[in-house]
Amino acid sequence: MEKIVVENFSLTYSDGAESLQNINLKINEHTITALIGPAGGGKSTFLRAMNRLNDLADVAALSGHLYINGQDVLDPKTNVIQLRRTVGIVFARPLPLPLTIYENVSFGLQAAGERRKAVLDEAVERALRQAQLWDEVYDRLGDSAFAISGGQQQRLCIARVLALQPEIILLDEPTSALDPISTAKIETSLLELKEKYTIVIAPHNIQQAARIADDVAFFLQGEVVEFAPAEKIFTTPKDRRTLDYVQGRFG
Amino acid sequence: MSHLFEMVKRFKLYPRQVEWLGFRALAVGSVLTITPIFMVVIYILVQGGPAISWGFLTQMPQNGMREGGILPALVGTLYLTLGTAIFSVPLGIGAAIYLSEYSSDSSLTRIIRLAIINLAGIPSVVYGLFGLGLFVIFLNFGTSILAASLTLSIMTLPVIISTTEEALRAVPQSFRVVAISLGATRWQAIRRVVLPQALPGILTGVILGLERAAGETAPILFTGAAFFLPRLPQSPMDATMALPYHLFVISTQVPGMPIRIQYGTVLVLLTFVLGMNIVATVIRSRARARRQW
Repeated sequence: MEKIVVENFSLTYSDGAESLQNINLKINEHTITALIGPAGGGKSTFLRAMNRLNDLADVAALSGHLYINGQDVLDPKTNVIQLRRTVGIVFARPLPLPLTIYENVSFGLQAAGERRKAVLDEAVERALRQAQLWDEVYDRLGDSAFAISGGQQQRLCIARVLALQPEIILLDEPTSALDPISTAKIETSLLELKEKYTIVIAPHNIQQAARIADDVAFFLQGEVVEFAPAEKIFTTPKDRRTLDYVQGRFG
Repeated sequence: MSHLFEMVKRFKLYPRQVEWLGFRALAVGSVLTITPIFMVVIYILVQGGPAISWGFLTQMPQNGMREGGILPALVGTLYLTLGTAIFSVPLGIGAAIYLSEYSSDSSLTRIIRLAIINLAGIPSVVYGLFGLGLFVIFLNFGTSILAASLTLSIMTLPVIISTTEEALRAVPQSFRVVAISLGATRWQAIRRVVLPQALPGILTGVILGLERAAGETAPILFTGAAFFLPRLPQSPMDATMALPYHLFVISTQVPGMPIRIQYGTVLVLLTFVLGMNIVATVIRSRARARRQW
């Protein structure tokens, strides 16, 4: 089933930073879609457009449609708060909030008005288990989130998103600041999580895309050059530029 | 410059020695800057120390203020500081939150900022006259704690606004983005994440602002300070004695004033103000030690 449908989506920032031109994509439910391409190609911009985090930046012009569950999220009437609970995002660097581990995971639910301790407790444990972090932190949930390692912090950030029981999870180079072991842990959990969620990731490198992605979109200078199943992109891409990029001739 | 190089060549100083001399000179300069502070404090401690007693702090002045204590001035300064806090703290913090978190960079906010900067540069006696015109006469508050507190509040606001803004700005932008990405409203992000992190900085600014208000004479001169009152103020509409003005009075207006009482009063005022300063410093350094980002 199509979860995200993007039609003729264009966006420019007022400061002229990476823009997007005429993006068309159809992302299926319960898949991992990797957005690959050199830096500045518009991957982050596209990810942030999906949960309207771009609202915080200086967007000059916006056009086209971005349907999630059939609703155009670019519609000014969209409830962005609700949208961000449905479409969670994990950033490149682990960015814990200056709160305890428990408060980090329950932050979204509490912001949504959930006060019942039993509900919060249960959600925190479930989310930490899903992010494969529970066993490492269950006995120190009251500690500061800065007290755990970088890899654990990034899994905490994933748990923080999962606690809201979103439908879509966006990840913007989530392992770029992590060591290979932490990276492997996160990749393993993503493969498990796709059973329940739809995942869109800007991977740390092409190899990561090859390891986990079902579909791959190749972003170059604000355009999607090619969008196809992963094995096709990596073996027989249609576009010459895609082939050059995946074979490492530029990037 | 070339002259200096010539000298260096002639005396054959190595760069290392030049650096040594330079650092020594800077160290001497630093010591010189703090010497006056220590001299003032030590001198006042020596001169005023013998005057300090429980009675000095808790008795009314007697015999034309030449004997007895300074209770009404001490209590008055506490009232004025508290009154100033009531008006300036919520208003100042609110304005700072608006300016740094909500407003965009428009000509309106630029005018507001310019006004705040200029407000900080106005001589305190001008605040006094302004308070006399607006609060005492126009709004008919009379010379009262209320009018004086409001006048001191206007003077304190720029300090509180600019330090609060600075404290808010020091909190990384990423915390706001993360909170909002988790479905928080802007206000939730500020209340739950930004404000707690900025609180020590805000408190420091508040204390520094109030400390300045506590030590000022000119703004209360026409708005609420009394030369002498036989009893403590009973309501915010009463005038009050205050430490800085009391000091002025007993130093210049009362013949035959024992010097001991003057320095005793200075010591109490200085302790009050420096005490607040030390509290502010402790809050700031503790928060800095605990901060994790």
